[in-house]
Amino acid sequence: MSTMTVLNMLTPKDLASDQEVRWCPGCGDYSILAQMKKALAGLGIPREKFVFISGIGCSSRFPYYMNTYGFHSIHGRAPAIATGLKLVRPDLSVWVITGDGDGLSIGGNHLIHAIRRNMDLKIILFNNEIYGLTKGQYSPTSRLGTRTKSSPLGSIDTPLRPLSLALGADATFVARTLDVDINHLTETLKRAAAHKGTAFVEVYQNCKIFNDGVFEYATDKSTKADNVLYLQHGRPLVFGKDRNKGIRLNGLNPEVVELGNGIALDDLLVHDEKAEEPSLAYLLSRMVYPDFPECIGVFRCVERPTYEDVLNKQIDDVLAKRGAGKLEELFASDETWVVE
Amino acid sequence: MTVLNPSTTRSTGEAPVPHQPRHPIPVEEIGEATIRLAGDSGDGMQLAGTQFTHTSALLGNDISTLPDFPAEIRAPAGTLAGVSGFQIHFSSSDIHTPGDQLNTLVAMNPAALKTNLKDLEPGGILIVNSDAFGSGDLHKAGYASNPLEDGSLRGYRVLAVPITKLNREAVAELKLSTREADRCKNFFALGLVYWLYERSLEPTLRWIQSKFSKNPSVMEANTRALKAGYNYGETTEAMPVHYRVSKAKIPPGRYRKITGNEALALGLTAASKQAGLPLLYASYPITPASDILHQLAELKRYGVRTLQAEDEIAAVGAAIGAAFAGALGVTGTSGPGICLKSEAIGLAVMTELPVVIIDVQRGGPSTGLPTKTEQADLLQAMFGRNGECPVCIVAPCSPADCFHMAFEAVRLAIGFMTPVMLLSDGYLANGAEPWLIPDPAKLPKIPVRFAQSHAGSNGNGTAAFHPYERDARLVRPWAVPGTPGLEHRIGGLEKEDITGNVSYDPANHEHMVHTRAQKIANIAKEIPELTVMGPSEGDVLVLGWGGTYGSIVTACQRAQRKGWKVAQAHLRYLNPLPRNTGEVLKRYRKVLIPELNGGQLRLLIRAAYLVDAVGLNKVQGKPFLVSEIEAKIEELLRS
Repeated sequence: MSTMTVLNMLTPKDLASDQEVRWCPGCGDYSILAQMKKALAGLGIPREKFVFISGIGCSSRFPYYMNTYGFHSIHGRAPAIATGLKLVRPDLSVWVITGDGDGLSIGGNHLIHAIRRNMDLKIILFNNEIYGLTKGQYSPTSRLGTRTKSSPLGSIDTPLRPLSLALGADATFVARTLDVDINHLTETLKRAAAHKGTAFVEVYQNCKIFNDGVFEYATDKSTKADNVLYLQHGRPLVFGKDRNKGIRLNGLNPEVVELGNGIALDDLLVHDEKAEEPSLAYLLSRMVYPDFPECIGVFRCVERPTYEDVLNKQIDDVLAKRGAGKLEELFASDETWVVE
Repeated sequence: MTVLNPSTTRSTGEAPVPHQPRHPIPVEEIGEATIRLAGDSGDGMQLAGTQFTHTSALLGNDISTLPDFPAEIRAPAGTLAGVSGFQIHFSSSDIHTPGDQLNTLVAMNPAALKTNLKDLEPGGILIVNSDAFGSGDLHKAGYASNPLEDGSLRGYRVLAVPITKLNREAVAELKLSTREADRCKNFFALGLVYWLYERSLEPTLRWIQSKFSKNPSVMEANTRALKAGYNYGETTEAMPVHYRVSKAKIPPGRYRKITGNEALALGLTAASKQAGLPLLYASYPITPASDILHQLAELKRYGVRTLQAEDEIAAVGAAIGAAFAGALGVTGTSGPGICLKSEAIGLAVMTELPVVIIDVQRGGPSTGLPTKTEQADLLQAMFGRNGECPVCIVAPCSPADCFHMAFEAVRLAIGFMTPVMLLSDGYLANGAEPWLIPDPAKLPKIPVRFAQSHAGSNGNGTAAFHPYERDARLVRPWAVPGTPGLEHRIGGLEKEDITGNVSYDPANHEHMVHTRAQKIANIAKEIPELTVMGPSEGDVLVLGWGGTYGSIVTACQRAQRKGWKVAQAHLRYLNPLPRNTGEVLKRYRKVLIPELNGGQLRLLIRAAYLVDAVGLNKVQGKPFLVSEIEAKIEELLRS
């Protein structure tokens, strides 16, 4: 093993900054921070090559706690800042940290456009279905009827499904994971890092103070198996404590079926994260508790050229054809005349 | 009324060779002329005007232009709202404005006549397309009777030419549709004006050749139309005289014609080269700034990257991201876009990153007058953000000066790690003048010093980098991602002095507010002093900023020729102001500040120097006439 390799092997501790972490005790963000350090340490990328860019909100304090380059920007704009950074420095590993309010409400436009361009950005959306930093208003992902200070009679706007939105913008990598499922979380972050293009990851994250237990159905050991479905590429959609339930397609709609009584594994929908069309992934993104188990895992992972690669190719092509530009030539690019 | 309406029966299809008049018509040498080509927005007046400008520049005239077009791409044909005009002032001496009054007006329809006639001098030449004066056309323009027949144009030298018909005849052999044939009539009109002012057809013929190389019939049609217009003037002896405006005596060197937006694009590109940094220009389309994006999108070979962002905020965000990454981040927009970018500009102030923000000002508030000029964003640039949030502000004074001030904006942004706002305007953006092309070898280098080593240690053996440890000028280091050992976090929360960590400490906040303000104030030491044209003391100092320079300097020159003690000074650096500004102001009995706004610079000057400055303020979406400023100077002298 060469010296260089040894130097490049980071430990999670190497990625911890000297700043005191100030999330509330019991916040799901602690787990995401810990798993992020674990995931990045194993990538073999030098620390100085990581950049974390965030917006505003509890989740957006994240960059302060990573000993990498970091930018805690303004509300909703992290994908735009990351876009500019990545355009001039495609060699960097750029991570956007956002939340349901930051990414889907005030910053919804940037999120959509970063995704559709397929910039090589890793966008991690901490979804706690609430505004935490402003002390508990309903968010764009809050379920209908959520009672908060700003919705005392229950929220009346239909919640956004983050993954449906990402798929609608033609995301090339879409995944969902849970703050408390630390192994799955680490693996998902690693998969996101390995993807070339925009990787969009929704993390169900518990807000201990303002929305405690909102994902309990998906995290509680006694109910979890019946309420979530772990996606595996090429495998039928099976779930349940006894692995006896599955998802079958009935026309264009998914339905929950019990295996047996004439229904076999072969009748179930088979997960294909590489499908060219995002239709099935979209359908999975629409499956919502309590009518359906909610899918966890990689919904979609396909290849498409990144924006920066295409731009750089355009630049390389024009340079190959016409050579690097000189100012003399540029200044004289319109007709000129000489005054004696 | 002097309606010169020569016979139109002979075909102009077979065009004789220009420059060989059968009957030499006398040529009168004149020093300068101002013409305006006006027609429907679909009539191609902007193109014809651009060609006339180009030709005049190549002939060696000094030029200044004023395009004036509606915000609608195609307002209903023939209506007053749809009139598009292009004004050109060309001269054998040094000029600074597109001219107050027209010597010649071309009106392609009644609406163009109605909206433009007031600017034509008494006895001026009026060329009209008489084919466009049917009763329907007259009705659309709101004429009760035909001005060509009712005597209302008495007092002008009217040349009523059936341009539509003659043009169709000229291209008849090409078997074009009527619609296609009529598209060339702007070139017929242009040819006629070329004859009137003894211009060569060659530059425009060359342009037609290259522009329509893939469409031979269109190339031929435009060529014939241009020549037919020229020959019409010559062979019909349309006017008893035609005019010559000789070459201007301007400093020697190689020139080209340049608009403000072109000059900004070239200035940014040159600055990026001289700084050795790639340029990212991120912008959202907006009138009148979009041409900067178009220009730069063509310059990939020069290390330029452009991003057409999803919105104004994304555009400035991308520029900030690029600056954080160690590149030159620039965004450009107009006033409404600046409103949207304000929060992000504050972020760039807090994070002290070098970003250039271009505001090509237009009439406001709100959507306002998108295609018209105004200078009403100065106070927005100064104060339009939350908190104590100073930025450096510069403003070019002419189309060609946009090159220099773009370069300066980059130099100051990088030199002081600060956002710099550049205030251009619609008049500078679309107006053109000759530009003495600089020698790239003589352009200054813009020094860039990326942080390379640690500034300190945190005491336990691991190195600590301090992103807010400043130099003597209060400038913080630029440490770019990818540099080992300098990992650090920045953001919009208040920074602790030196370490850059988040701090809510009251004393630290006040210290940082003062430090950011002092850093901007320090820029005054590295910009030129304010220079004065005219007497070093006297009765009136006319102080201007931005795109009004041409009108102000011309008015002051005229005043000085009358022996008045009037001086002129122009601010191209607005925050901070040049260090000698207060001292200059004191040397004059009165200070006049003409602005295309309600008095924004005046407010700043009065506040900063307690000088009882007088304003001349105009908000009509149009530049100052020289005569307006002259009259105000005279009024001040008499009071």
